Amino acid sequence: MTRKAWHWILRVNMQLSFKKKPQQRKGPGAKNLTELRRGESAVLARIDLPQDDAQRLMEMGFLPGHAITPGQAAPGGDPRVFRVDGSEVALRRETALRLILR
Amino acid sequence: MGDCHGCAAATLLPPPPINTARHIVAIIGPPNSGKSTLFNRLTGLRQKVANFPGVTVEHRMGRAKLEPGREVFLVDLPGVYSLNPRTEDERVTHDVLAGTMKDLPRPDAVLLILDSTNLSRHLVLAAPVLSLGLPTLVILNMADDLMRRGGDIDTTELAMQLSAPVALVSAAKGEGIEKVLQFLSGTTLGAKAKAPLMQLPVIQDIPKCRAWAANAGNKAKYHAPAPPLWTRRLDRIFLHPVLGPIVFVLVVIAVFRSIFSWADPLMNGIDHVREFSGLWIGSLIHNDALRSLIVDGIWKGVGSVIKFLPQILFLFLFIGILEDSGYLARAALIADRTMARFGLQGKSFIPLLSAYACAVPAIMATRTIENKRDRIATILIAPFMTCSARLPVYILVIAAFIPHSPWYQVIALIGLYVIGFVAAILTARLLKSTVLKSGRSSFILEMPPYRWPTVRSLALRLVDRSKVFLRRAGTVILAVAIVVWLLLYLPFSHGKPPEIEHSYAGTVGHVIEPAIRPLGFNWKIGIGLLTSLAAREVIVGTLGTIYGMEGTDEHSSSLQQAVHHDLTPGGAAALLVFFAFAMQCMSTIAVVRRETGGWKWPAAQFAYMTVFAYVAAFAANRIVSLWF
Repeated sequence: MTRKAWHWILRVNMQLSFKKKPQQRKGPGAKNLTELRRGESAVLARIDLPQDDAQRLMEMGFLPGHAITPGQAAPGGDPRVFRVDGSEVALRRETALRLILR
Repeated sequence: MGDCHGCAAATLLPPPPINTARHIVAIIGPPNSGKSTLFNRLTGLRQKVANFPGVTVEHRMGRAKLEPGREVFLVDLPGVYSLNPRTEDERVTHDVLAGTMKDLPRPDAVLLILDSTNLSRHLVLAAPVLSLGLPTLVILNMADDLMRRGGDIDTTELAMQLSAPVALVSAAKGEGIEKVLQFLSGTTLGAKAKAPLMQLPVIQDIPKCRAWAANAGNKAKYHAPAPPLWTRRLDRIFLHPVLGPIVFVLVVIAVFRSIFSWADPLMNGIDHVREFSGLWIGSLIHNDALRSLIVDGIWKGVGSVIKFLPQILFLFLFIGILEDSGYLARAALIADRTMARFGLQGKSFIPLLSAYACAVPAIMATRTIENKRDRIATILIAPFMTCSARLPVYILVIAAFIPHSPWYQVIALIGLYVIGFVAAILTARLLKSTVLKSGRSSFILEMPPYRWPTVRSLALRLVDRSKVFLRRAGTVILAVAIVVWLLLYLPFSHGKPPEIEHSYAGTVGHVIEPAIRPLGFNWKIGIGLLTSLAAREVIVGTLGTIYGMEGTDEHSSSLQQAVHHDLTPGGAAALLVFFAFAMQCMSTIAVVRRETGGWKWPAAQFAYMTVFAYVAAFAANRIVSLWF
């Protein structure tokens, strides 16, 4: 396969992943993880989840103050892999919605 | 540990009575940091290892031999991110460290194994583990990966920071293992640990611990390696919305195609060996009864099952490559949406995938699922997944009825795998919308970097699997073959063995025949079904014995021909469908009882699956009989 065709395929991939409408903003300060584009990075502010789930996420590296970058996703864009603190962790959209960015 | 205030708190306990006879060393670490690889390296035991988090769900003991006369017992523990247990497998780790595990005294020392390519995050676990006060060696694993990707660490400085010895090793390659052996050797010297014993759980403030870990890493000049470029490149293909699923389907087809075509010559080879050795042994034995027992009963019965070893090994080779490379975690990711639609989560996917090998480890692997109801639902559907014990039955019947078209054979085989999976998810749907209703639980799964599967690890798996398979052939299948032979050989009439129809087995078969006649089975298949309650592949051995006693020809494919002769196409389809759905496996029933803590679930599961199988087989017989 030529290099060009390869790039074309990968670009289709990018477009497909962005088909989803961006999440409704809940005010200027409350941007969440699903609103981040792939490859873009932002700093986590807080986790809006029950103690147990938040604890687990923090153990996996989702700590307030750390930078998070969305990566590849399953077909349909959910769940998505996020790069955080040196590792890659997959989260469902419903979980990513609760991770509020700074 | 000085700068770690509030990040690890522990309470003092009076030291419990210590068993001075054995020195026990626990291996602790986050998931997928290489604990089992190190354990295998040190003990020579074959603990299952794979490149995805949560492979070890039980503690496992092994002996590490040091210099002559000295040894330590190693305990391999399930991976944990903290000492705060939330799932069943994490509880095992917690209990062993706390010394509350049954039959296992508190460990004398700890090997804390961390992934050196992701040290800042993994060091978070060091705080609570070091605060236990046990002699601890901090092992930074995957040193080869760290170096290759341009990372670096000053281990002497890190040791100062942690006030514990530090070793940089590569457990997979065996580099740096001497240091670990030295440490183990040290633990056997002198008195037992007199350090204060602390009470678990250790309450952790994660952000504080993480800051402490970063600080320790910085002081030790930890230079994180470059991101794994190849992993990202491969993920762009394997997780591509179009290419990803295509790759997945191609991989599946290639696996099944090779199971049929590559294993075929080996299978025929085994068959020839069995046949000629059978004739040779037969010529040595002059007693009629003994010859019949050994040649027709045992040799044909056990041999007809052993014949399928190559197929099973190919299946395990492919599963091994998929697991060790890290592809399986991606498959779980791709499957999560589908699983969610049927009320299950992506974490159920990993146990279900391993159920393709065998339901028993799969049911154990459900321990990584936090939600109790999700866990039970996954246990209940796992036996629907096509385990390797069904393979001999499938291949025998498919080869007998679709002899000369390899692609149709592959399609039929994949079809059987698919109906098993469909039955599983429909059952899950049913369970999750009735008795096991629960809210959607979260799906958090770490994606390991892709790694090359090592020949050593793959070879160990195959050797292990062969042992399990042959042990089964030498015990259960052998015993059943002898019993079936006896039932076929008795009662004597006029000093001679009876016609097969009038033997005890024939009588039993004829009694149950009315029940299985609607499925298109005759009494011989019925005897096979009865014996396969012990384990699925036993039916092949039983049929081998029955036809061995009955037939006189010594043709290599006689079992295939006999099956073809005895079943209508409808009956063959019914037999395949019955095996796809029925829960014919004692070991599975036993492990479900153990994991669910009672007979309620396994009994319901057995009844449900048997009825399901019967009805589906009946339908298959009717539908196929209309066409052929």
